[in-house]
Amino acid sequence: MKLVDRSAFDVARDVNARRLSAREVTDAALAQADAVDGQVGAYLRVEYDLARAAAARVDARIASGERLALAGVPLAVKDNMCVIGTRTTCASRILEHWTAPYTATAVQRMLDAGCIPIGKANLDEFAMGSSCENSALGVTRNPYDLSRVPGGSSGGSAAAVAAREAAIGMGSDTGGSIREPGAFCNLVGFKPTYGRVSRYGLIAFASSLDQIGPLTRTVRDAAMAYDVMSGHDPMDSTSLPRAVEPASRALPTDLRGLRVGIVREFDLQALAPAMRTIYERAYAELESLGAALVDVSLPTVDYGVATYYLIAPAECSANLARFDGVRYGLRVDAADVGTMYEQTRAQGFGPEVKRRVLIGTYALSSGYYDAYYVRAQKARTLAAKDFAVAFGACDIIASPATSCPPFTLGAKSDPYSMYLMDYYTIPMSLAGVPALSVPCGWVREAQADLPLGLQLAAPHFAEPLLLGAAHAYEQATGYSARVSPAAAGSATGIEEPA
Amino acid sequence: MKATYEAVVGIECHVELKTRTKMFCGCANAFGSEPNTNVCPVCLALPGALPVPNGVAIEQTVRAGLAFGARIPAYSKFDRKNYFYPDMPKNYQISQYDMPLVQGGEVRYWLEDGTMKRCPLVRIHLEEDTGKSTHAGSGDGRIAGSLYSLVDFNRAGVPLMECVSEPALHSAADAVAYLASLRRTLMELGVSDVKMEEGSLRCDANVSVRLAGEAALGTKTEIKNMNSFRSVQRAIESEVDRQISLLERGERVVQETRGWDEANGVTHPMRSKEQAHDYRYFPDPDLVPLEIAGDDVERLRVGLPELPWERFERYTRAFGLGSKQATQLIDTPSLARYFDRVVNASSNPQQSANFVLGELSRLANDSGVAVADSKAEPEGVAELIVLVEARTVNSKIAKELLERMWRNGGSPKAIVEDEGLAQTNDADEIENLVEGVIAAHASVVADYRAGKSNVIGFLIGQAMKASRSKADPQLVSELMKKRLR
Repeated sequence: MKLVDRSAFDVARDVNARRLSAREVTDAALAQADAVDGQVGAYLRVEYDLARAAAARVDARIASGERLALAGVPLAVKDNMCVIGTRTTCASRILEHWTAPYTATAVQRMLDAGCIPIGKANLDEFAMGSSCENSALGVTRNPYDLSRVPGGSSGGSAAAVAAREAAIGMGSDTGGSIREPGAFCNLVGFKPTYGRVSRYGLIAFASSLDQIGPLTRTVRDAAMAYDVMSGHDPMDSTSLPRAVEPASRALPTDLRGLRVGIVREFDLQALAPAMRTIYERAYAELESLGAALVDVSLPTVDYGVATYYLIAPAECSANLARFDGVRYGLRVDAADVGTMYEQTRAQGFGPEVKRRVLIGTYALSSGYYDAYYVRAQKARTLAAKDFAVAFGACDIIASPATSCPPFTLGAKSDPYSMYLMDYYTIPMSLAGVPALSVPCGWVREAQADLPLGLQLAAPHFAEPLLLGAAHAYEQATGYSARVSPAAAGSATGIEEPA
Repeated sequence: MKATYEAVVGIECHVELKTRTKMFCGCANAFGSEPNTNVCPVCLALPGALPVPNGVAIEQTVRAGLAFGARIPAYSKFDRKNYFYPDMPKNYQISQYDMPLVQGGEVRYWLEDGTMKRCPLVRIHLEEDTGKSTHAGSGDGRIAGSLYSLVDFNRAGVPLMECVSEPALHSAADAVAYLASLRRTLMELGVSDVKMEEGSLRCDANVSVRLAGEAALGTKTEIKNMNSFRSVQRAIESEVDRQISLLERGERVVQETRGWDEANGVTHPMRSKEQAHDYRYFPDPDLVPLEIAGDDVERLRVGLPELPWERFERYTRAFGLGSKQATQLIDTPSLARYFDRVVNASSNPQQSANFVLGELSRLANDSGVAVADSKAEPEGVAELIVLVEARTVNSKIAKELLERMWRNGGSPKAIVEDEGLAQTNDADEIENLVEGVIAAHASVVADYRAGKSNVIGFLIGQAMKASRSKADPQLVSELMKKRLR
């Protein structure tokens, strides 16, 4: 096994045991990025100096006798999270040259635990999109098929981990932005309960939905990352002041006694036959691990996308108002301040960002507020109630993560079909419950094997249960083990030391 | 014959709270620092920064509400008020829309003649202040014609309490008396410096007029740019006159925002209702709803100080002070507290007021030291009042003693005893003094007897001088007159 193929768990264990140095792991990750990222395009910038300095610090701490939960683990940071001294762009022209003067809390926790920041990963501009194609600063390709998208918006973080350019990717999920790229890149993509991970330093898209989480090649790695990044932060009023139960300690290998809800409204008949087969098999696999499948209903689930596309744009229309050319970022000079605002924002924002700012502004406008924003909030309350009722009858919910496998770049040109990509993931975001996608098999399309993800969701704060179920499923099925062609094709991976 | 009109005025006040830190971050809340030195990612609205509410500011606002007898709802929330302005970093202001911290209540205020009145409040809510723009190159600091603008964000994020009255004031004098009472109350609570000149108290007035006796409100205008109580008074008077003139001419009042022009004494249109913003308020998703516990509210209510109108009633009714003296004392909370201690020890409210507002306030003005910060203890002043009342010392000695106490403190009684300054009331002794003066100034005495009665002052003065000021001046005067008759 090449060094870059190693899980975060293995790397941290060996660096802590001084069988491996953070420096070696870092060099291997940087070399892998040099070798494959020209094709994959996961990173907007590889942070060589930052990574090597971090590696030196981790090695020094290990040498002084410290043990670090994620010692030497290479990390891809989505470029909507502030890291002091690095450009933090949100893949937008408006922040293309902005350098963050502080570090996001969740990133800082990962760095303090020994992670090595390899680079800042591409995303859909301001995390708005489901394919990474809305990036204004670069193209990211799916390491399992370079003609296809990696998913989005955390597509860069997902591609980096799938291409072995990092062991953990930090993503943010607003309506599926971790889970969908996780599914598309054959990874575990985990969105914790809203409020579990601090948003301080995460450049906001939709504040009431945004949540940071990990993208990893194993469930255990996701659990380890979650244990490190979660917990109350006094800098974020929405972060929960509730103790976090560690999820990585005891991960079960079977699902005996677990009631898995299959959502009646998520009818597998709606899927292409090849995909339907995969999910039928996945449910059967859960059952064979000892789970009891139960029929549950989420009656308002079909309103999810419409609800989401009012609330998220409404919040983003205000969140993005600060990008005005006055204090930082792009400024297009003009004769008066009003024109300066208009020109700066016209040139700085891409079309999808503008569309959402406009939708949101409209939805909040006098005369429309009650018909749109207020009704959407009511629908959101109903969505949360749906889950509360369903979780009375089951412990976790299983569903497809996406309605299709990774598609080719440029295939989805109309925004509405792109919005529907989040059909399965949005309801959990509206309810604020933890959810993840875990690899569940392959469909063959145009001579390529394309990964699919199984989505599992649990009640608020039930992360240990959720990750435990995903771990048992992953251990029994092993779909996550297949290495991406882009990663495997690299000739520069450093072999494991003897 | 002109019809009789009634003015209807509502006042909106913005009050900067005197907290240690800003409303949503840890930056210092300080006036007069170097530009852009009290700033951080949060109050500069850097990407990714999040607000965390200041609990002290919330508590101060609730205290203000309780002082005005308002309702404190169990739930409250912050909303975003969206509009673009270069000195507003997020291009939205965190404010409160439909669930303010404080609902209802009333401000009790009194007019110069002591008449007590009440003005109901609509609400008090909490928000954040903006930065400050300076426009350069136009010569007059105005934005029109300027080459560029500089923004200082030190004030951005300072906690700002907005207090909205009902349109229940009916004259400029009422409006100013209302403001004065509001200001005194906030000062007494210690929640703000309430200095109009530093902008920690800012106010706008909604003004309309209607025919006396009519129930419906007339069309209102909102008056801005009033920088002192005096300009509030003048601006409202001017606007009421303008509106009445319009109606008298058969024209209509247009709903608009008008700015007060101090130099020319008139209001000018700023923007009309059609140009009004759609602020697109919505709940701030970065902040969780506020739950105000009943126990906390009770704790704050119990801890309220005596309020200005309560003090006014006590001073005027129980102490019998005049409205003017009572108001003067109340206008400086530390002075009022000092006065209360003097009264407590002297049991003589009127003399206490005379001393505190007279000789002590003069010493404070001359020295620039507040009465409460001087070395003169209230108990010492009370002792002095007792000495004066008992005619143990005369007013001249009393004044000297007070100056010494102001500088060095100490007990006047002890000084009087140590230095033998007690007034001489012994008639025999004073008669001897009088005899001596008459003997020594025979020509003056002759003048007096010849009808120049005013020279008696000189003779009394000589007798006082001979006693080293200790003689009772009244007794000296009586005996002198008697002897010369």
